[in-house]
Amino acid sequence: MPDTKLPCDVAEKVNAICQAYGDNPGELINILHEAQHVMGYLPEEMQRMIARRLGIPVSKVYGVVTFYAFFTMTAKGKYPISVCMGTACYVRGSEKLLEEFKRVLGIDVGETTPDGKFSLDCLRCVGACGLAPVVMIGDKVYGRLQPVDVKRILEELD
Amino acid sequence: MKVLTIEDLKAVRTAAAKKLFLREESDKSTDGHSSGLDAGTSHMQVLICGGTGCKASSSHLICDKIKELLEDRGLSDKVDVITTGCFGFCEKGPVVKIIPDNTFYTQVTPDDAHDIVNEHIIGGRRVERLLYVDPKTGQSVSDSKHIDFYRKQKRVALRNCGFIDPENIEEYIARDGYFALATSILQKTPDDVIEEVKRSGLRGRGGGGFPTGVKWGFARKSVSDIKYVVCNADEGDPGAFMDRSIMEGDPHSIVEAMAICGYSIGSSKGLVYIRAEYPLAIHRLKTAIGQAREWGLLGDNILGSGFNFDIEIRYGAGAFVCGEETALIHSMEGKRGEPTMKPPFPAESGYLGKPTNVNNVETFANIPVILTRGADWFASIGTEKSKGTKVFALAGKINNVGLIEVPMGTTLREVIYEIGGGIKGGKKFKAVQTGGPSGGCLTEKHLDIPIDFDSLLAEGSMMGSGGMIVMDEDDCMVSVARFYLDFTVEESCGKCTPCRIGNKRLLETLDKITGGRGTEEDLKTLSVLGKVIKDTALCGLGQTSPNPVLSTLNNFYDEYLEHVRDHKCRAKQCKALLTYSINPSLCIGCHLCAKNCPADAIIGDVRKPHIINPNNCIRCGMCMARCKFKAISVN
Repeated sequence: MPDTKLPCDVAEKVNAICQAYGDNPGELINILHEAQHVMGYLPEEMQRMIARRLGIPVSKVYGVVTFYAFFTMTAKGKYPISVCMGTACYVRGSEKLLEEFKRVLGIDVGETTPDGKFSLDCLRCVGACGLAPVVMIGDKVYGRLQPVDVKRILEELD
Repeated sequence: MKVLTIEDLKAVRTAAAKKLFLREESDKSTDGHSSGLDAGTSHMQVLICGGTGCKASSSHLICDKIKELLEDRGLSDKVDVITTGCFGFCEKGPVVKIIPDNTFYTQVTPDDAHDIVNEHIIGGRRVERLLYVDPKTGQSVSDSKHIDFYRKQKRVALRNCGFIDPENIEEYIARDGYFALATSILQKTPDDVIEEVKRSGLRGRGGGGFPTGVKWGFARKSVSDIKYVVCNADEGDPGAFMDRSIMEGDPHSIVEAMAICGYSIGSSKGLVYIRAEYPLAIHRLKTAIGQAREWGLLGDNILGSGFNFDIEIRYGAGAFVCGEETALIHSMEGKRGEPTMKPPFPAESGYLGKPTNVNNVETFANIPVILTRGADWFASIGTEKSKGTKVFALAGKINNVGLIEVPMGTTLREVIYEIGGGIKGGKKFKAVQTGGPSGGCLTEKHLDIPIDFDSLLAEGSMMGSGGMIVMDEDDCMVSVARFYLDFTVEESCGKCTPCRIGNKRLLETLDKITGGRGTEEDLKTLSVLGKVIKDTALCGLGQTSPNPVLSTLNNFYDEYLEHVRDHKCRAKQCKALLTYSINPSLCIGCHLCAKNCPADAIIGDVRKPHIINPNNCIRCGMCMARCKFKAISVN
């Protein structure tokens, strides 16, 4: 990944977050949660910055970021699509749904379309199993979907 | 308002009880008449489910709309509109209940608000079209008590879910909330409390089934200047939402139970480790903690007892292994959530090296009620070795998807066919999976075993945290095993070799079988490797990860054999083993399939039967879904 410098305001915000947690390495996960809100993801430079502030190796920060599914190092699309891969959704056909999203968007799980509009992810159980299979796009939950619905939904958003 | 003494608490209960009286009475009433303001009913309440499932279907908009309509008609002071936690009947959500006649409306939309207010609340006439229709009799049922889904349930951990406003501490107190804490810290010794919990027979609801009272006893014995109480709310089983619903529907019960645990083991600090993906549960829990502090039920010198306790929230970040207590503790310390060898147990050396007691959400939810109603009452429910009830997230190919709570010892058949209403679409039952990625699949022949910790374990599955997924004849058991392994491989922390590499090899072998390249030798590999992983992995995740494979191999060996020997998938799920074809006598040549085929694999002239070129076909099934003449079949 290229060594991109963070914009000033972003750096300031991240510094403030670290400070609010007393630059305590034990609060790393809480700090990363808030830092991810700033840009929607955790670019390499941001991880370096956090490591410097907390006085811990970058490898430690990177180790935590890559360990947990909630943290991401790639920017999400304008419409982040998450297909529920909980068991209830799986047995009601969410895998076929995911295949169709991949096919129509031409991207794999964890990727974003080149125009930055859509990104595709899986998630584990939204708790709306009564509506299975479920897809979340942004904060909106789409329930009882079939592969044939995929194109229409994407066109509506586009 | 600050509650200073137990007398203050009693006064709050008496005052708030009036509001709940209406709800409690209508819950008991057997009179089926509907009531309305015009007919002289002086006060009514509208309960709207604010659980995640119903919210996803816009239940908050229904709430806004009803409030708006009531305000327009100047009825806001006569009708309370209350957002509650999960009612459990997610299949028919959003759910709205009208008090005092206890009318249970299902699948309500914001557009129905008008009729609910005008017809029912004002006019006293039920809105028939929104009532639940019993599929057996075809009759509509107005009171949830008479719906099969609820009849066999016993709500202990879920006692307040769908009944009280989770963001209102007074409603919780009116249900005897915080009295277990008050009597514990004012009238009992810590040892008395632990003894009571031991006597109740409560076992850990997170999956392990370890006796809770014994665990508390260990933590109490550890000597340290500081100890921690941790609530494990990192519900990771995909397809399970019991803990979330409890936190969303009755967060004060967790706060109260953690404080009781703190008093018992000698700790003044509680931590809730919760998934960041649960925004609503986090919000409700934060609200509850804030209210408890404000009311003096958390903080220093609670009720003048000299006991101090406070709770902080820590966020998980999506790692299944963090459900394991040592991994969870490392995660709370800001590290990768990797488990460590036990001993030392967290009761001796846990969070920051201090004695720590970790319990799951549902376990905690049982504590206050055990102490207010007594260990004997709790122990009278359930089986000999598994006391009380268990909450399950019932989902999959079942008519009534939802959150249920049944006494231990209820049979799988009762859950699936009576509460669950049987299999969706009249299909044939094939398997039920309990225990999530650590559990196994049980079959028709297991349906009459009682649900308890030991019986499920004896049959090669486990209780787990409470996910219960029902599968029908259209589910391929090899694919299901593959699905769980895929999950475990993704979630393995990578620390120990059997789990990191062993599970990966298991998954590859399953991929080979579902991809049509499997051999009979592979089935042996699965079985041998699975057993080795079970015996040698470091933590609970690795030791149980082969269970879905081993239990399906055991119970569905024929199906595995068909995959490797005949290259057939009877459930028609394994793409590589399928062939799509068009029946020329049914095809009218409408060309719709060809137009929708993403691989241009369908050829044919308009008005003439089409054919599928198997070399181009990617087996996506799109043609079959589009064909209006059922001319396309798959084998």
